[in-house]
Amino acid sequence: MSANSPKPGVADLQERVAGALALAKRLGASEAQAAASFSTGLTVNVRMREVETLEFHRDQGMGVTVYFGKRKGSASTSDLGAAALEETVRKACALAKYTTEDAFAGLADPARLARHVPDLDLRHPWSLDADAAIDLATRCESAALDADARITNSEGAGVSSHDGYRAQGNSHGFLAGYSDTHHSVSCAVIASAGEQMERDMDYTTARHPDALESPVAVGREAARCACARLGAVKIGTRTAPVLYPARLARSLVGHLVGAVSGGALYRRSSFLLDSLGTAVMAPCMTIDEHPHLPRALASAPYDDDGVATADRRVVDRGVLQGYFLSSYSARRLGMETTGNAGGAHNLVVADTGASFADLLAEMGSGFLVTELMGSGINPVTGDYSRGAVGFWVEGGELRYPVSEVTIAGNLRDVFHGIAAIGTDRDLRGGIQTGSILVREMTVAGS
Amino acid sequence: MTGATTTGGTAVTIARQALLARPGIGDSDLDRALHKLLRAGVDAADLYFQVSRHEAWALEDGIVKEGSHSIEQGVGVRAVAGEKTGLAYSDDIVLPALLEASGAAGAISRAGQQRSVQAWRAAGGHQLYGAADPIAALPDDDKVALLRRVDEATRAIDPRVKQVMASLVAVHEIMLVCGSDGVFAADVRPLVRMNVSVIVEQDGRREQGYTGGGGRFALAEFLAGDRALAMGREAVRQALVALESVPAPAGEMVVVLGPGWPGILLHEAIGHGLEGDFNRKGTSAFSTRLGEQVASSLCTIVDDGTLPGRRGSLNVDDEGTPTQQTMLIENGRLAGYIQDKLNARLMGVAPTGNGRRESFAHLPLPRMTNTYMLPGPHAPEEIVASVQKGIYASNFGGGEVDITSGKFVFSASEAYLIENGRIGAPIKGATLVGDGPSVLRKVSMVGNDLRLDDGVGTCGKEGQSVPVGVGQPTLRIDGLTVGGTSSAG
Repeated sequence: MSANSPKPGVADLQERVAGALALAKRLGASEAQAAASFSTGLTVNVRMREVETLEFHRDQGMGVTVYFGKRKGSASTSDLGAAALEETVRKACALAKYTTEDAFAGLADPARLARHVPDLDLRHPWSLDADAAIDLATRCESAALDADARITNSEGAGVSSHDGYRAQGNSHGFLAGYSDTHHSVSCAVIASAGEQMERDMDYTTARHPDALESPVAVGREAARCACARLGAVKIGTRTAPVLYPARLARSLVGHLVGAVSGGALYRRSSFLLDSLGTAVMAPCMTIDEHPHLPRALASAPYDDDGVATADRRVVDRGVLQGYFLSSYSARRLGMETTGNAGGAHNLVVADTGASFADLLAEMGSGFLVTELMGSGINPVTGDYSRGAVGFWVEGGELRYPVSEVTIAGNLRDVFHGIAAIGTDRDLRGGIQTGSILVREMTVAGS
Repeated sequence: MTGATTTGGTAVTIARQALLARPGIGDSDLDRALHKLLRAGVDAADLYFQVSRHEAWALEDGIVKEGSHSIEQGVGVRAVAGEKTGLAYSDDIVLPALLEASGAAGAISRAGQQRSVQAWRAAGGHQLYGAADPIAALPDDDKVALLRRVDEATRAIDPRVKQVMASLVAVHEIMLVCGSDGVFAADVRPLVRMNVSVIVEQDGRREQGYTGGGGRFALAEFLAGDRALAMGREAVRQALVALESVPAPAGEMVVVLGPGWPGILLHEAIGHGLEGDFNRKGTSAFSTRLGEQVASSLCTIVDDGTLPGRRGSLNVDDEGTPTQQTMLIENGRLAGYIQDKLNARLMGVAPTGNGRRESFAHLPLPRMTNTYMLPGPHAPEEIVASVQKGIYASNFGGGEVDITSGKFVFSASEAYLIENGRIGAPIKGATLVGDGPSVLRKVSMVGNDLRLDDGVGTCGKEGQSVPVGVGQPTLRIDGLTVGGTSSAG
């Protein structure tokens, strides 16, 4: 279809998915699954009060996986035209002739496929044309530039809005689709003092434009964070408690998810093998998965296998209640799928009743981390070592900014060393948690 | 402008055939789209056509489980007015879509001078790699057989090897760019990659090892000699070393970096900070420092997109500018930035062939190609022997930099203690953190053993990934913070 042809809707995409499945069957595939998506979007960036970029997005694609008995082949295309789709299905079938029989290969158990697709209220288009988007971004950046005389430069403010549809099906008769939207406003500015320059940013993101923070608030927060970094020093090497604010605390939960996901478990590339039913975190940690939260960023009615998603408890007072399994990894481990092909769907970490100020007070003296750099995590051993920026805290109060240090430990110890979880839950991601206080890590500096 | 002046070169012929022939887009159509883009106030515009095919095979548990193929194609149209850029694109290479996108991108400008479209001229460009499709060049049976052979040979090395994962990836990309400045260029880019990773287990302790390699050449190169089997041996060696590793020290110390891939230091500490966009905007820690001594006089660093067959090399960049060797740091002095057309024009300098984009759906940005330090006078043994107490790091994972503060990190995956001039016990992986503008002033010795990496680098910037290369000789740095857990360091 061309750019000026009508946008395909969910029904059009479902038709293409069904067509691909039918063709796969005609070509001799014993089983097949397919997924298609289409989205349009707009991104603008404004820098130093002038428009910098204006991008119109229009993305589409379709992927198909076929099984010939226990042999698998996959192919995808960005062209949804009939000829390209046929070529793609044929290619997947051709590749399946060369792969090896895998006893665990195949579609999900039909009994587990989603029968009803609940409306999760995920689509709220933003009637935002380029001019309006530019105006919003300008207001956001201006709020940052005007907030403090030390804000001397900017990487700009951005506004983006995306509206998409997706459809998915398989040869067990599953065929479904839904649509969703994503909007965000972000701002990154630079504060300077003498020779020193420090950058920081803030953002807001939501399914519904009304749920976004005001652009002015985002700009001001970016400016406040950048200015607060000025005068950062390196500190001496020590062990200390470390406080992860909510937006960074989700990374710790992300490391847990990675370690108890099917692929890492069956490859034995996880430091949490055979951890089901055991204490993997401190007793204050309870994590629930809520895939059907209306308007939430990681809500999904079914997983990438078409398996219905459902609420469940993942960690109960520190004890692991379930892994994150796809149909394949579950079979590989001799277990049942948890509806997590493609990942976790809204993990919500229970708080321990402490406000952010309470957490600072509880920490007393320690390191408040505001940015993590690099990906120094060994998933097999759990060894953790990342670059960090933040503040040294004494008597529960921020004393001075710190940069060019690392924080390190083993994730087993970090997880068990969690002392408290804040009530300041951050909703800007698929993992919703408050700030997390870790009793002790190594902070390396000068 | 006419087609007759633009048909030079095999790449252009191949690209015209692959991208424009089927939809029947002729030179007059390109001209029409450019004119539509070049409305009043627009300084420059270009059309970027691309088709990219990607094939991957993956082995684990001793069997080739996955075979996948993907094809992405489309056209991106860009209009630049002063510092403003408009982009629109279509997955569909057909004339109506091209014209509609051109109208949208051109909307970046509201008023100003009307410029004209320059007559197309064939661009220069290099012949750094063959145009042949690496996916089709090797039969699928051979690809699968190669992975199986690597699996068997790697498992046979040591009974402690519990899992082997291997993959083979081939990409064939064809791009054609034509611009209002008269550029009309194409490039046909093969890119292949092989990865081997292993899990070893001994007395309940598990560790991993990982190697990869590739470049712009044919998959058959992995069959030549025992290159593929050597990857398996290297992955096992790394994993077995890791089984013996002790906690890494914490704190600032002398660090010796091995040759090759540890050059990721240069990419993070220096390279990003020298990209034209950050310097034009004054957001880099290196802004306004041209001509200043930013490194020890032992350091000479270049970005070079012209190395034959290398992962980071390009015959022409994504704006049609031929790649080149660009001096970044010469004997410690900041000598130059890397530029795309937009930033070069705004800074009043020439583009350096570093305008790159992940795909037609992304805007070009100044990006590195292959970034490396030239060799120095010291034997690597001499460098290690000079260190009383420190660490020797020979392999790394990824890195990251904050170009504004200049602070960067990179994560050592294989490193050893150095005690009294001798390499000692291996240490667990640790992140190294430093300050870009000052770290290279602490380089006190540079080895004579320049090596380029094996072809594994992917650089991310503003959400766009592009393949890059790095390299360096052995280096001694008199002070970097090592992010271990052991205070004994």
